[in-house]
Parts: sequence; structure tokens; C-alpha cells
Amino acid sequence: MTTQKTALYDYHKSLGAKFVPFAGYEMPVQYSSGIVEEHKITRNNAGLFDVSHMGQLLIEGNENLATELEKIIPTDLKKIKLNQSKYSFLMNEQGGIYDDLIITKVEKGFIIILNAACKNNDFEIIKNALGSKFKLTLYKNLSLVALQGPKSSEILEKTINGVSSLKFMNGSKFSYNGKDIYITRSGYTGEDGFEISIPNELVEDFAKKLIVQGAKPIGLGARDTLRLEAGLCLYGHDINESTSPIEANLKWAISKRRREEGGFTGYNKIRSDMNGSLARLRVGVNPTGKIIAREGVKIFSKDNEEIGLVTSGTFGPSVNRSIAMGYVKLNFSKPGTKVLLEVRGKKYEANISALPFYKKNYVR
Amino acid sequence: MSDKKYSKKHEWVSLEGDVATVGITKHAAEMLGDIVFVELPDKGKNVEKEGQAGVVESTKAASDVYTPVTGEIIETNQSIVDDPATVNKDPEGGSWFFKVKIKNKSELDELMNKADYEKFAKENSN
Repeated sequence: MTTQKTALYDYHKSLGAKFVPFAGYEMPVQYSSGIVEEHKITRNNAGLFDVSHMGQLLIEGNENLATELEKIIPTDLKKIKLNQSKYSFLMNEQGGIYDDLIITKVEKGFIIILNAACKNNDFEIIKNALGSKFKLTLYKNLSLVALQGPKSSEILEKTINGVSSLKFMNGSKFSYNGKDIYITRSGYTGEDGFEISIPNELVEDFAKKLIVQGAKPIGLGARDTLRLEAGLCLYGHDINESTSPIEANLKWAISKRRREEGGFTGYNKIRSDMNGSLARLRVGVNPTGKIIAREGVKIFSKDNEEIGLVTSGTFGPSVNRSIAMGYVKLNFSKPGTKVLLEVRGKKYEANISALPFYKKNYVR
Repeated sequence: MSDKKYSKKHEWVSLEGDVATVGITKHAAEMLGDIVFVELPDKGKNVEKEGQAGVVESTKAASDVYTPVTGEIIETNQSIVDDPATVNKDPEGGSWFFKVKIKNKSELDELMNKADYEKFAKENSN
């Protein structure tokens, strides 16, 4: 498979980006100022992220579509309001997660934002589940950029009139250079911010405008440290086909009615996890010292019993310490529980922690 | 201090008497990005040329640090353990990693001078 490039590739290059292959795309991992600086810019000002590698799927249909989609997506799609977004997932029969996603109700039906590495597989899963009754479009002509940070609203309002009145996890159609664009107030950094779906031919011009207004380009490196501080899962690491949403501490993302009624793929596992068979839980892990505990680091109890595994870990620039998340046996999942982390053959002290490590208020 | 010598594993060495001061090169620090963790060998440990003698981690990944010379670790730089970010600021000065009492000065002859290293680093940077 040849590596793909987003419509902003040349622009990233002109801004001094270092590229890495990611999910089949050449993506900027950082620009000249480096990951820690980019992280802080996003927390204190505004960062612009190219996330055009992610899948943007439109499914066209009416109430009947909501009924059919509810069979594979555990959100209350009958109650979702026009332009409202929900975090959810696609599951296998065993309750493992095929992908996590954001689904938004739009006039024509639903728009689903999918992870880059999963999008083609997701498309097949959804298509197979829905049959030929609904039209599915996985857009190739649309880019997706995220503007994140406390200054994003002020910056974006200068270019897109009215955008600052959007509420968190809500979207709306806007116009840019005479073309329709769709903006949601959402993101993956723990900051206030927006995700903008815009035609490929307009995205460079649009990105340049935001940069002129004060946003700074941010790469995937800082995107990872930001989301980890915010306690958000990275698909393929913190969640995958063998972790259930309940184990992943994502019960909140399953609508109450759906939790009670079921009627979706993977429900048996959800129900049994909720009814006492839950054996492990995703938690935050705070190493006591500076040691970085990365994916694969084993977690032990004080008595040296192996109790779990780290699924992501790094240095958190805003909390200014080492942070990690992972899965531990249920009886060790309480925040404050003392554990040991085995890094390069040595054991280091750590505490189980609540998530997120870093908290900001969203505009609701 | 004498002129620095450079290894293919991106360490520098500076010799004074029979004590070699070792650190990572500016090029290595730039390639690693923001350094957030440093692990140094224990004092008194005997290390072998090209053997692992420390770890540096950036926000992205962990990398081993190797010693370009054989000998005994006689001193380590605790300040870079306490504040790893200083390695990015002054990698070839105050942010040295450890000092080795060397056994065989001729090992330094196998290392590169600054000009050769810069050429090597440029050719191997991507």
C-alpha cells in the first residue's frame, strides 16, 4: 500500500513539519518547536491539527436508519437531537471494540467520524449491518481539521461568524468561500475546541487564515500527550477488539436506555460486565518518580502479584510529570491503590489514579 | 578538556588524563526531541565499549545510551536526572551523562572527529 497524503501535506512541509507514517498516511508528528511546546500552546492558546486521515462517513436515511444503526451503535439515536454529537463505538459479538467514533445527527442522516486505521473495516461492518437500504459515503474530498485550546473560539469566530455560540458536542453547517462546511464543538485534547469538515480545495486557505489569526500548527506527538492528560482512549492501544466498553471505563458513553434494553451487537458482554462479572478496569496510573511507563509495562500489586498492563504512558507537559493508563484487576482499581511498575527489569512505585489527569471545563 | 571525539551511536567523549566524560550529541538530542527522563549507570559499574550505559526518553520513545569507551563509571550527572530537559539545552556541555575511568586510551582513536561526525550525522539523519 502506498502512503497517502492529506490535502495539507505541502503546507505542513512549508511549516517545518517532521513526518511519520501513521495509519497509511504521512502525518506531521511535530513542527520545529517540538512536542512539549506544541502541547503547551494548545493548553494556553490555540493549536491547529490536521486530522484529515480520519474517516468521515455520511449515512443517509430517516427514523428507519436510527433503528437500524442502533443495532450496532449503543447510543440513543432516537433521542439524539439534530446537530448533536455523541461518543460511541462499534463492537464485535464478544463486546470488544472495533473502533470508537463520534456520531452526529444531521439533516440527511448521520455523520460518523472514524479512526484512520479502522475506517475501511468500519465501512464494511456498517454496510453489512445496514444492507443496501441506505446510502453510505466515506468522503475522499473532505478534509478535517481541529482547532483546540482556550483561544480557539475567539480565533475561529473571526473567520466563521457565529461559531462561538456552538455548545460542546454540538455542530452546525456554516459557509466558507461560498461552500458548505460543517463544524462541531469537540476535540481530543481536553480543551475547548472545534472540528471543521471542509472541502479539500479550501482547507489550505482556511488553515492559513487560522494561523494568521494566531493558531499554531500542532502534530500528532502533542495530540497524543494532550489526549493522555485528558484521559481519552487511543484506539489500538487503550481499547481494541478484546476490551469491552465497561472494562474500558466507558460505560457513560452507552445511553441509559440502551444499557437497559440492549438490542445491539456485543450487549451480552456489556450486560454481564455490568452484572458482576467485570474482572478488570481501565485506570489512570501515576508513577511516583520520573520513570515513564509505556505500553506493555506490567503492573504488580505491592505483594508482587501481576495485576495488569499499561496501555499508554508518557510525560504530561501540563501536569509536569509521568502519566500512564492501563488495565488492572478490579480489586486494585481504586484511586490511591499503591502498585508497582516493571520497567526494564526494575520495579517502580506508582499509584492508581482517577482520570483525567488534567481537567478543563468545556463550553456547555 | 581535550577535543571531543564522537561515536556512531551519537555519543561524545572528552578525555582528561584517564577520565573520559561522555554525553549525547546535539544531533542526538535534536533527533530525540524533548527529553523527559534520564537513567544513568551506577557509580562503580564496569562498562564495555558500545555496551548499554543509560537510557534517555523523549515524549515519544525510549532510547539506550551506550558508552564509547571501556572502564569504570566514577561519576554521574544527577542534574540531568533531576531536570531531563537540560539535555536538550546543553547536550555537549553541562549536560554530560557520566565519567569513565578508562582502561585503554587507544579506543578513542577509533572514534570520529567533529567534522567527520557531522558528516556522518547528516547522512544518517533520516
